[in-house]
Amino acid sequence: MFTLKKLLTTSAVSVSLVIALSAAVQAQSLGTPVNESQLQGFDLIAQPDGSGYPAGSGTAIQGKAIFERRCVACHGMTGEGTSANTRLVGGDMQSEERPIRTVGSYWPHASTLFDYVQRAMPADAPKSLTSDEVYQVIAYVLHLNGIIEDSLVLNKDSLMQVEMPNKDGFIDSSQAL
Amino acid sequence: MSKQDLEKVAANGLINRRHLLGLGLTGMGTVASTSLLGADAGLNLEIPRWSKAPGANASGYGSRSRFTDDMQRMAGNPNPLYPGGGASRSPLHQLQGSITPNSLHFERHHAGIPDIDPAQHKLVIHGLVRQPLVFNYEDLLRYPMVSKIYFLECSGNSGSLFGPNPADGSAQSLHGLVSGAEWTGIPLSTLLDEAGVNPEARWINAVGADAASMGRSIPLNRAMDDVMLALFQNGEPVRPAQGYPMRLFVPGCEGNISVKWLTQIKLTREPTHFRDETSKYTDTRLDRKSLQFTYPMGTKSVITAPSGQMKLERHGIYQVTGIAWSGRGSIRRVEVSADGGRTWADAMIDSHQSEKALARFRIPWEWSGGDAVLQSRATDSEGNVQPTRTSLVTEKGNISTYHFHGIQSWAVNTAGDVANVYA
Repeated sequence: MFTLKKLLTTSAVSVSLVIALSAAVQAQSLGTPVNESQLQGFDLIAQPDGSGYPAGSGTAIQGKAIFERRCVACHGMTGEGTSANTRLVGGDMQSEERPIRTVGSYWPHASTLFDYVQRAMPADAPKSLTSDEVYQVIAYVLHLNGIIEDSLVLNKDSLMQVEMPNKDGFIDSSQAL
Repeated sequence: MSKQDLEKVAANGLINRRHLLGLGLTGMGTVASTSLLGADAGLNLEIPRWSKAPGANASGYGSRSRFTDDMQRMAGNPNPLYPGGGASRSPLHQLQGSITPNSLHFERHHAGIPDIDPAQHKLVIHGLVRQPLVFNYEDLLRYPMVSKIYFLECSGNSGSLFGPNPADGSAQSLHGLVSGAEWTGIPLSTLLDEAGVNPEARWINAVGADAASMGRSIPLNRAMDDVMLALFQNGEPVRPAQGYPMRLFVPGCEGNISVKWLTQIKLTREPTHFRDETSKYTDTRLDRKSLQFTYPMGTKSVITAPSGQMKLERHGIYQVTGIAWSGRGSIRRVEVSADGGRTWADAMIDSHQSEKALARFRIPWEWSGGDAVLQSRATDSEGNVQPTRTSLVTEKGNISTYHFHGIQSWAVNTAGDVANVYA
């Protein structure tokens, strides 16, 4: 609760002082203007509404080769993982025992898969995949989970249409502060 | 003061906290040591050798006594399949007060610690704003700043207590993913106001400059409240492991959303649903629905001494001490039990504590050599009371192991061994 505006509006400060202090803060404007077009190579955020996806495309058939070259050391030949944390495939949220939570069983949005692989994978060389390769490899992970056909061309538009099995499994608690 | 004057305030040896000031206590910091506390007839005090020769010169950068080198964070072994991933835990059992030294503050990294040249680091604010802006480090140092003392706790701290059996652990290994510090920086609202928030913006999406470009989404109303762009920690520039040259700081909330090495804030209508707010850091309930964006850390306390894996060497009076904190306010009360929660006594809380910060508590306790189970229970300024482990696990289940804030039980046996138990 330390924004100047709040302090001023919640206390009995004269209008003239508000103006004077606002002017003082206004003077401390040291950010340099940029255009969104200058941020295209910088902004990796990809959201469920389709914003932020680069051009490019790929299929699971293409992604299999990349996966087997770059991903299997941690994620196993078919996404079975080398630990619970690296398992990508399988699981059932409604199982009787502790459910195994994977991309297929748990992740609510396909966009998260694109966003995460693009920004953080492979763990030993993040951001080394081209946009086409990201589409290809996530198509393969989605296919391993039986969510899409191996021939589906994944791109900005088709990725937006992918429905994840656990899409209704989350409750937004962000306002429970 | 004779022993008979000590007012017992709860069963099994708890003594009124007001006696803290007048008692000669068995030193808790040396509870596991074998130093003799009684008079030694053969002892002849002499001037020590360091009082007979000049000592070391002043230096440009200080270091601790070489006799305290055993005070270390506990870091796991590097995992070659998860380069740079992992954590280190603060030695809570060896620390006092409510501020953690920067070199012992806990760490959690998702892709290692980047080596950032501040002259080349940029902070971009863009998206649903009137004017996208880029800030450099030198310019940010010119903004008006505030200093606040806050705790920081990893969402996964104490997670092993969700497990079916109590782990053989210490305060450090079980609860060491919490620390306290004074953070200095720029209210984020100052920078968001400068960019000009568009009315349709509802979320900020914060991204770090580490190899994982770790990102988290935070509601705009919270971001405009008490969130800070932190540039200093305990008076010095934020260390690389804590986000140098700058990090987000979201008071009271799970550590992961205080994004380190902050380089991007994008304002949007909807959250991004980053991997670390969907796959991780979400809480699956018993009904298999999962809570997302569960930011505030619960009302919590832990006794740091006597604590797991210590040994009480002699009968007598000990100072039971620990830390308490709440993501929703300040700590109003800490009670301590020596009989597993059947009877409770109020502990003394240090008076200088602040909101969403660690509070140090203390109470005298006489150990007569019998079995005891030490517990602490915090109540915050909003009236939230720390739950028992049983009630927490019954309510939340253990599919997810984040946000544990139940009561810790330390059992003392007749040999003086202290161990983690479920009681």
